[in-house]
Amino acid sequence: MRTGLVAKKVGMTRLFNQEGNEVPVTVLDVNGVQVVAQRTQEKDGYTALQLGIGARKPSRVSKPLRGQYAKSKVEPKQKLVEFRVDAKNMVDVGAELAASHFVPGQFVDVAGTTIGKGFAGAMKRWNFRGLEASHGVSVSHRSHGSTGQRQDPGKVFKGKKMAGHLGVERVTVQNLKVVSVDDDKGFVFLQGAIPGFEGGYVMVFDAVKKKLPEKLPLPAGLKAKAAAADAEKKG
Amino acid sequence: MNIIEQINQAHMAEMMVGKTMPDFNPGDTVKVFVKVKEGDKSRLQAYEGVCIARKNAGINSSFTVRKISFGEGVERVFPLYAPVVDKVELVRRGKVRRAKLYYLRDRRGRSARITEDMMGGNEGVATAADADKKA
Repeated sequence: MRTGLVAKKVGMTRLFNQEGNEVPVTVLDVNGVQVVAQRTQEKDGYTALQLGIGARKPSRVSKPLRGQYAKSKVEPKQKLVEFRVDAKNMVDVGAELAASHFVPGQFVDVAGTTIGKGFAGAMKRWNFRGLEASHGVSVSHRSHGSTGQRQDPGKVFKGKKMAGHLGVERVTVQNLKVVSVDDDKGFVFLQGAIPGFEGGYVMVFDAVKKKLPEKLPLPAGLKAKAAAADAEKKG
Repeated sequence: MNIIEQINQAHMAEMMVGKTMPDFNPGDTVKVFVKVKEGDKSRLQAYEGVCIARKNAGINSSFTVRKISFGEGVERVFPLYAPVVDKVELVRRGKVRRAKLYYLRDRRGRSARITEDMMGGNEGVATAADADKKA
């Protein structure tokens, strides 16, 4: 298992491909993704990489956290995220990851926090059908129906779907196709929608349920390597 | 300019490489050459009618062409930047006073005609001479 990337959702647009089809894409910004720390088997009992994205003023970072950034010699980041990786796919602290970490055509899973909908009724939250528009129904057209049985059991079962808070929860969308990557600008284009608002941070993983292409960069797609490959191509 | 807008501009420029769009407006009669895929071959199909609406929205720009086909009104909406639209030919300029000609849907025959705009400038209108030149 190799690391994923933490990314900023820029927004959605449409692209036309060679076959003349229109593809709805989500644009992700992966500029400045750096390894901030390593979690090792000996020290932490598991192996993982801590990645950071976005710049944050050092004065806005708490003193203990500033100490951690100083230790890894990385500028303070806006968002820190951990990815579980295999021991053989560890990346050095301070290394910068590139958009070409992902290969066009491969599939990824994206985890993010959904947009908050506030206190939502049963129709919006659970897709209940509500009550009738007529036939004697008054006032309660969008309410849920009955919530239980009679004197026995005489209670509403736990977990009963009712109105309540909707959104602001972590959701993973699986099997999104990578349409293209732009290394210079640091963009990844995914086909389809992802959770969260524009400007929000999401985690991008290699798809769990799809076969991955063989030419994936291992242990990770690094910026320095991408630049070297570019230079090689040019001349 | 925000990032999405920049990406759209770049993609639009990319889509318009080797393609020229005449400057046409609602009311004009246009001939749209549509790429049609049949099996593994693709050919061009002409679709001629009156442009009754244009939507100007960056990469989402589109135009609507209406024609009467076998006595039945047909409208097609073409995305302006889609590769499906191979080229557009301006056939005739029309004189109209509104941007969306949806009133044509309720009309048939003589009342659905649009008078030709002689003052609108005929540059870009494909003439018989043009066709000869090409041939």
